Amino acid sequence: MQNLHQLKESPSQTAGPYVHIGCMPNFLGNTGTYPVDLGVSPMLDGALGQAITITGRVIDGAGMVLRDVMIESWQADAAGHYPGQPGADANVTGWARFAADFDTGFWTLHTIKPGRAPAPNGQLMTPHIALWIVARGINIGLQTRICFADEAPANAACPVLARVEHKDRIATLLAHATAPGTYSFDIHLQGDAETVFFDI
Amino acid sequence: MPDTAPATGPLIGRDRNWHPPAYTPHYKTSVTRAPQRALVALGSTLTEETGPAFGHSILGPLDNNLILNFTGQPAIGERIIVHGRVLDDSARPVPGVLVEIWQANAGGRYRHKKDGYLAPLDPNFAGCGRAITAPDGRYEFLTVRPGAYPWPNRTNDWRPMHIHFSVFGTGFGQRLITQMYFEGDPLIARCPIVNTVPSADGVGQLVAPLDMNAAIPMDCLAYKFDIVLRGRRQTRFENRLEGM
Ligand SMILES: [Fe+2]
Repeated sequence: MQNLHQLKESPSQTAGPYVHIGCMPNFLGNTGTYPVDLGVSPMLDGALGQAITITGRVIDGAGMVLRDVMIESWQADAAGHYPGQPGADANVTGWARFAADFDTGFWTLHTIKPGRAPAPNGQLMTPHIALWIVARGINIGLQTRICFADEAPANAACPVLARVEHKDRIATLLAHATAPGTYSFDIHLQGDAETVFFDI
Repeated sequence: MPDTAPATGPLIGRDRNWHPPAYTPHYKTSVTRAPQRALVALGSTLTEETGPAFGHSILGPLDNNLILNFTGQPAIGERIIVHGRVLDDSARPVPGVLVEIWQANAGGRYRHKKDGYLAPLDPNFAGCGRAITAPDGRYEFLTVRPGAYPWPNRTNDWRPMHIHFSVFGTGFGQRLITQMYFEGDPLIARCPIVNTVPSADGVGQLVAPLDMNAAIPMDCLAYKFDIVLRGRRQTRFENRLEGM
């Protein structure tokens, strides 16, 4: 038989508890190497759309809040265009990186609410922010999405949410408004409220 | 012009048998942090096929020189070059992507508020570096060999010498964090984090060989570490699943 000559993806390893040293040194207090951390905001002044703030925690199977988790987010602009696509808002960079507070475990993302981007079949996905979650004890980054409870019609028509077989679990992907422009989104790694994670 | 990895197109699914599973009880912290439900399988969408891009303007001149990039005075330790390429599944270079590393100092101590190991901090070592891959996919760091260190897990677990790597592709779905180990380290086989990788071949992919051809006489040794990102499908026959 012939050889495919294909390489395997490098196996993932945990980010460990010290991920901030490499990825968010200024957040950690290790100033002096990089002027600023990358990904402190997914947008520039003048980004179009509704400014929103999402706060949350990542909670383990014992109910403990992770204080060493780092999260990255990636999203479309208010019209559903990703950075680099034709027509995309030049003030939306789309990518952010944030960590749990070392004391409280809360993380915060200030962004704009994304628009609906097309799925491969042309149907529109519901407004969403993709998350990639790494921490000590997580062997390979976890992929999930923040969707919005106040986008019920778009959620109902979303081909990605339709992939979730157990419909009661869709609620784990919904951020809830706690005040105008402010949302709450906790991520549960295990248990009855375990968040839906994707294999993408 | 080299044949480089495509920057658009559907991502090839991850081989979950090649990567560590989430639940690996010898690495104790994974027990309460491993999702227990099956992952929801999803072909890549525009969200995962696009991703952030970083220009060379973010880089300072010493960003890939961990020996000098904290205070300008040299860090203590065995000087080494760590270099390699970022490749796709067809061994094509992935140019222009960000590679970030972090590591303990020569004594095995991290500059982090949560690390209380008794080995001292090096006042001239922060332990972070970054680079953007060249058109041929290459990156290069100058650093010191990190020390092994003990960690609370089983009664006497030690991490082998290692460097943490964070790598971007051209799509957010290619995001990867891994660790590089050093050829010949007897602690590799004993490490429960290394051994979350299911196969010996997979572990071997994370062990960098000594590279005497890249070592600089009377200056530093070198280790070569290639990183492979998941690839993109290139078939011209593209059917879309109903409902997606
Ligand atoms: Fe480490």
